[in-house]
Amino acid sequence: MTSYALFLGCTIPARQPFYEVSARKSLAKLGIELVDLENMTCCAPPPLQSIDLETSLSIAAYNICLAEEADLNIVTLCTGCFESLAMANATLKENEKLRARVNKILSNAGKEFKGNKEVKHYLQVLMNDVGLDRLKKSVSKDLSKLKVASFSGCHLLRPSALLKFDDPERPHIFDDLIGALGAESIWYRNKLKCCGGLLRGYADDVALAIAREKIVNTTKAGADCISTLCPFCFLTLDLGQMLIKSTFHEEYNIPVLHYAELLSLGLGIESKELVLDFHKIRVDNVLNKIS
Amino acid sequence: MEQRKAENTNDLAFSKEISSRLGGETVTLCYQCGTCASSCPVARITEKFNPREVIKMSLWGEKKEILSGDAIWLCCSCYNCQERCPQRVEIADVIYALRNIAIKEGNVPNIYSEFAAGLLNEGRIVPISKFLEKKRPEVGLPPLKPAGVDALRKILSATGFDKLQKKEEAS
Repeated sequence: MTSYALFLGCTIPARQPFYEVSARKSLAKLGIELVDLENMTCCAPPPLQSIDLETSLSIAAYNICLAEEADLNIVTLCTGCFESLAMANATLKENEKLRARVNKILSNAGKEFKGNKEVKHYLQVLMNDVGLDRLKKSVSKDLSKLKVASFSGCHLLRPSALLKFDDPERPHIFDDLIGALGAESIWYRNKLKCCGGLLRGYADDVALAIAREKIVNTTKAGADCISTLCPFCFLTLDLGQMLIKSTFHEEYNIPVLHYAELLSLGLGIESKELVLDFHKIRVDNVLNKIS
Repeated sequence: MEQRKAENTNDLAFSKEISSRLGGETVTLCYQCGTCASSCPVARITEKFNPREVIKMSLWGEKKEILSGDAIWLCCSCYNCQERCPQRVEIADVIYALRNIAIKEGNVPNIYSEFAAGLLNEGRIVPISKFLEKKRPEVGLPPLKPAGVDALRKILSATGFDKLQKKEEAS
């Protein structure tokens, strides 16, 4: 069994129990052990990087130190957490001067960043530890009638120089993993463009206009659902459809499911175990296409 | 633009201030080709934000306009521009550096104060409701491990982050 320190972050436990439930159940079924460590904090994502980059880098490094002490690599579910921690890990491993500066700050909390662990997104764990072949063999349900519009979110791919997750202009890993479930990952206009989520709270009108484009483009392409990895993208596109309805008087009702939810359904985990009633947009149409 | 430029004599000092900060190092490499603007999802929606303009104004030393204006807060941090910049200007990171300077000078948008308060109080920027915390065992989730708030506060005190907020609260 492969073990990872689970970095859960803030948004998932605060708002999306269905993401956590589906990720824990599906990864356990595939032989991945998730270890919950004490004393982790916020990852220091873009809103905190906007306030102070040095502090954010130090907070990310502090969390990586906890995994180093437990002798575990980190796995994240949230793409935002992946970006913050993986960027910090790569930067501090490469840049000695900055590492010394951050370690001076961390010494106040009794920590030292050593740089001997990896930060992975759970898709990397599925690709490398489980593998597409074993994943395909583990799928017990028929998802072949499902057309899925994948949306990885920006921070799985970019900045690619530090994250090194996939080709930033022609990514394929997420789509391959949807294909491994037997579903069809479809192309749609501006697939790699941002959902605008990070502007929520500062410029709601701009954020919603960007989210609307994503909903329109996935709907026009004939998708049965959108699949996300980032809890913020999920919120923007799921709750966002209620706001699009009240602002633009347009109704789309396209279900949004995290990949871990599709994975769980494919692995034969019962839908009633997955807390799907927390979604704003009903997912019944998707469940009806799975047999 | 030409008229605005003539009003500023302090351009070099501001670009030096930016490039000396974490994230801002590459600002002076820009040759204004506009690849960033054509890759930007926000610039398609609103005229209030254009990454090429933000970099140009920064290089021209229009410090006051940049730091007190709306534009630097309208970047959605998607890194499309940074990914495609032929001069390897780390545009999204430069905008973080500009936001860091703006905040240090006391210009803190409300939403950022809320994030910072959440971090200082609970160690998380999105507070966890009692309702969902109680619900965890019902849906088969283990109890949440406590956040390392004490260690975090020591880090925030060492970098002066906690004082950034105090300044903002006092104003």
